[in-house]
Amino acid sequence: MIRFEPSFFLERNRDIDEVTLRAIAREVRKDILKMTSEAQSGHPGGAMSAADIIVTLYYYKMRHNPENPKWEKRDRFVLSKGHVCPALYSVLARTGYFPLEKLHEFRKLNGDLQGHPDMHKTPGIEISTGSLGHGIGAAVGMALGLKLDKSDSRVYCMIGDGEAQEGSVWEASMAASHYNLDNLVVILDNNNLQIDGPVDDVMSIYPAVEKWKAFGWHVIEINGHDFKEIKAALDEADSVKFKPTMIVAKTVKGKGVSFMENRAEWHGKALSPDLLKEALKELGEIV
Amino acid sequence: MKKVSLRDAYGETLVELGKEDERIVVLDADLSGSTKTAKFAKAFPERFFNFGIAEIDMMNAAAGLATTGKIPFVSTFAIFGTGRAWEAVRQTICYPNLNVKIVCTHGGITVGEDGATHQALEDVANMRNIPNMRVIVPADDIETRQVIRKIAYTDGPFYVRLTREKFPRIFDESYRFEVGKGHVLVEGEDVTVVANGVITSFALLTAENLEREGISVEVIHMPTVKPIDTELIVKSASKTGAVVTAEEHSIIGGLGSAVAEVLVENYPVPMERLGTPDVFGRSGKGWELLHYFGLDEKGIEEKIKKVLERKR
Ligand SMILES: Cc1ncc(C[n+]2csc(CCOP(=O)(O)OP(=O)(O)O)c2C)c(N)n1
Ligand SMILES: [Mg+2]
Repeated sequence: MIRFEPSFFLERNRDIDEVTLRAIAREVRKDILKMTSEAQSGHPGGAMSAADIIVTLYYYKMRHNPENPKWEKRDRFVLSKGHVCPALYSVLARTGYFPLEKLHEFRKLNGDLQGHPDMHKTPGIEISTGSLGHGIGAAVGMALGLKLDKSDSRVYCMIGDGEAQEGSVWEASMAASHYNLDNLVVILDNNNLQIDGPVDDVMSIYPAVEKWKAFGWHVIEINGHDFKEIKAALDEADSVKFKPTMIVAKTVKGKGVSFMENRAEWHGKALSPDLLKEALKELGEIV
Repeated sequence: MKKVSLRDAYGETLVELGKEDERIVVLDADLSGSTKTAKFAKAFPERFFNFGIAEIDMMNAAAGLATTGKIPFVSTFAIFGTGRAWEAVRQTICYPNLNVKIVCTHGGITVGEDGATHQALEDVANMRNIPNMRVIVPADDIETRQVIRKIAYTDGPFYVRLTREKFPRIFDESYRFEVGKGHVLVEGEDVTVVANGVITSFALLTAENLEREGISVEVIHMPTVKPIDTELIVKSASKTGAVVTAEEHSIIGGLGSAVAEVLVENYPVPMERLGTPDVFGRSGKGWELLHYFGLDEKGIEEKIKKVLERKR
């Protein structure tokens, strides 16, 4: 298992190569599938599409302190698409916020890992989310507050492409640019799937890049599974002044398991024990 | 008792209505598989509108469709339909008193594993407090079918609360739903229980259990929370002299509040309310959570014993 001392995470832009990030992301994907399968509930598809980005944020980019989740100097991450919290719970456990065994509590009565992130039950969760379209607005508020405090902490937020249909996402986008929030970076997990099907069939959000540009954002387009591109985009955002940054990350829902990739049906369905075995094998686990 | 799906009954009834009447249109917000409006979407794709994850816009559009003579059924999860979209429902549907039928699934604590963000424990309260809105909480599939048919052809806005979990079937085909009418399912002398949704089935169990202890419980099923059946509540309270309400909802603002309002103004008797206390829900299995919050036959029994103490 790839483990780092908590002190490793205290400075930004750590020396960690793509091979290591990929190996960690593979472990995270296994956690996602195990957690949802054990609970027979939860959202594996969008967690798999988000995994590489969340891993890069917590292992490469963000300044944070697993031993002191409320550390004043920390950068913040808001998972606006809260349903994919298994990815975040796994990363929080693996970076040291709580023991890995806790992942078994996911979605269970009396457990601390709620079906959607709860900031008072789970260390490392910056704000409770789960109802789509709210988290990005909260991220705007955090960025404003940090600016008021003259803090150099940065706010990262991930939204879904289905989530981007909520009007509140655009209200937040307007506010972020109005207040020149260059300490805010939002990542659009652009897997082009939501529950009822492809985003462009259900309710198109396209052209997304042009929309955010028109809203006054600095927009970067990347492949959300290419660690070099994820790192480069996060680095580029550091140097943007007076504008928030939107990283439009092309991703694959269910990424990493062939029979789950690009299929809407795995949005909110857990793997059976048999399929879990098959999926874990694909992810290189000896079972 | 056989467990049945209220949302399947909804989807199937929508398809029947769609065949009979071209004015029926259906709107959903990326949850058509869960709310079962997908059945209608498949049968009548041209009369189904997926608004994506944009519940406020969906409600406003439903109002607009109603002004063109359509009969819109609007569905999403209860928390989003009655929470996120509350003000659109108030301003654009209820204020102009338009013919929109809001039928939400995933009401209550039995939403289960999704947890607090998705468990609507205040939906009945949210809808009950808007003028012109009528609020219905069915107990099983047979009642759901009748409710959907009835509201399709009763002018004006309605909110119907359905659930994710399957519930025990308590009615047979002889049952007749009427807007604004409660139903005495068991006659009793000592105490009245007023319930709706899945909790009515628990109330029936409680009545059976307590009969053995010599306590005679009158069970009233009250699907329409608004307009509430004042006459029936007063009649039963004047007979038994004690009332317990029980619902899968916060004790603030739902059936318990509606019944309390009736009793206070017409015939005050000792009363106890069973519902979730003033707290958010949490993750767990749907049935597990009902028991966790005491929303079951035991919970009702405790409230009955408490109210009988006060009656003496
Ligand atoms: C306001 C709101 N409406 C509906 C839902 C139910 N829901 C959960 S996930 C989801 C689809 C999300 O799609 P997307 O944002 O693309 O997420 P991803 O593909 O990354 O999983 C929906 C409709 C919700 N959580 N919140
Ligand atoms: Mg998506």
